[in-house]
Amino acid sequence: MARSQDRRPGYSRRAQYGIFTGYVVAILGVVAGVAVLVTSLVNPDAFSFARSAAAEAARPLGEAGAESRSTGQGVFAAIGAYFNAGRQNAELRREVEAARANAISMQSLRDENRRLKALLGIVEPQRQPVATVRLIGSTASSTRRFAIIDAGTSSGVRPGQPVRAASGLIGRVIEAGPGTARVLLVTDPDNVVPVKRARDGLTAFVQGASNGRIDIRLINQGVNPVKQGDVFVTSGSGGLYPPGIPVAVATEPHRDGATGHLAADPADNEFVIVEPAYSGEARALIEQIEKDGAKNAAGEP
Amino acid sequence: MLGPLRGTPEEIARKRINREPWPVLATGLPWATIMLASMASFSPVISSAPVMPPLAYMMLLAWRMMRPGMLPLWVGLPLGFFDDLYSGMPFGSGIVLWSATMLAMEVVDERFLWRGFAQDWLAASALITAYLFLSSVLAGIATGYPLPIVIVPQLLMSLVLYPVVTRLVALLDRVRLLPLKRI
Repeated sequence: MARSQDRRPGYSRRAQYGIFTGYVVAILGVVAGVAVLVTSLVNPDAFSFARSAAAEAARPLGEAGAESRSTGQGVFAAIGAYFNAGRQNAELRREVEAARANAISMQSLRDENRRLKALLGIVEPQRQPVATVRLIGSTASSTRRFAIIDAGTSSGVRPGQPVRAASGLIGRVIEAGPGTARVLLVTDPDNVVPVKRARDGLTAFVQGASNGRIDIRLINQGVNPVKQGDVFVTSGSGGLYPPGIPVAVATEPHRDGATGHLAADPADNEFVIVEPAYSGEARALIEQIEKDGAKNAAGEP
Repeated sequence: MLGPLRGTPEEIARKRINREPWPVLATGLPWATIMLASMASFSPVISSAPVMPPLAYMMLLAWRMMRPGMLPLWVGLPLGFFDDLYSGMPFGSGIVLWSATMLAMEVVDERFLWRGFAQDWLAASALITAYLFLSSVLAGIATGYPLPIVIVPQLLMSLVLYPVVTRLVALLDRVRLLPLKRI
C-alpha cells in the first residue's frame, strides 16, 4: 500500500483547526469512555435502558435470525441423519426399550407419591410459566455470556426470573425491556447456581467458565466424591431457581469439584420457558434490590 | 477501480461520464457496515462460549487501513457507543478501546509510512490481540472472576479471518464508489 497522504495542512487555518479538533474530540472520547466505564462497573444497571432500547430496535433482526437458525439446523440434521441412520436406529431401539421400562416404574412411583401426599395432606402449588419465548440473540463475541429473548415486561417477564429449556436450566433474566429481555446464561462467570447431585443430594454450586463449560464446586471440601457422569440439579436454596431443574453433567472430576457440560445448551434450544422466581422471599428481595437501586446489587458477590 | 470495461463505447460513455459516487453511500457505507457488524450478536448463532470474532472492530480496522482519513479521528466515540449497546461488555469499554484504537492507528501511520499488506495484518493482529485481551480484563473486573484463557480460540480465529474482512471491505469500497449520481 502506498503511504497515506501527508496530513500536514500547510497554511490553511481551517484545515489546521479541523485536525486539531479531531484529536481533541478523540482524546475526549477516551476520557468520556473511561468515565462511562467506571460508572457501569460500579453500577452495572446504569445503562440498561439504552441496552434494552437497542435490543428492541434489533428485535426483528433477531427473530429473522432465529427462523433461519431453526431451518439451518433442520437441514444439517437431515443431512447428518442419512449418514448414521443404521447405527442411530439400533441405538434408538435400545433407548426406547429402556425408556419404556423406566416409564412403567415412574408411573408406579408417581401413583405412590400421590397416595402418600394425599395421606399427608400436602397440596402442591401449581407453577405456571410466565412466558414461552424464543432466544433471538447472544453476545457471541464477548467474554460475558448474555442472551436476548423476545418477551419483556409487557408479557410479565421481570428481572430475577429463571429461564429454562425442556432439558435444563438456561439462566436468569437480569434486564427486561418492554418487548425484549436480557438473560444471564449459566455459562457466565457472574451466574452462581446452588445445585445438588440428583442421586444423593450432595450440595455444590455451579459457576460458568465462559467457554461453554461450567465449574462444579463442592461446598464440603475433603475427599471428592464426584464421578464422571453425575447429574446436578438445582437445589432451590437461595430461592431464585426452583429445585429439580437439571443444570450440568460432570465430565472431568478434579481435586475440589469437577468440570461439567451443560444439561441444556442454549445453542440447541430455540424456545425456552420463563418461570416465576421460586420463593416469595426471593421475589421480595429482588424487588427490594430494584428499589434500592444499584448500591445493594453492586455490593453482592 | 471498476474492472475491465465492457460494452460498446456509447454504453460506457453513458455509464461513466458525468457521473460521480452518490454522497450518502460514499460517506455513509463505512459507518453503516460497522454498525451492522456490531449487531451481529443478533445473528442465528446462539453460543455458550465466546467464539465469534469481534467483527465490528475488525471492520473498523479494515476501513481505517484501507482509507486512512476517511473515518474521522473521533469515530471511536459514536461507533464504540453503538457497539457497547450490543456487545454485552461493560458499558463504556467499546468507547474507550475504539477511541484508543483510532489514536493508535495515527501513531502507526506516523511511524510506518510505507506498509504492505503483511505489515497491515501485523498491526491489525497486535491491535485485535490488545482489544480482546483488554475487553476480557474489563469483563473480568465486572464479574470478579477473570478468565484470560477463554479468548484464545476467538483470538486465533480473528487473526486468521482478518484478511477475509479486508477483502469484504475492499468489495464494499467498490460499491461505495459506484458512479450513481448524475452531475
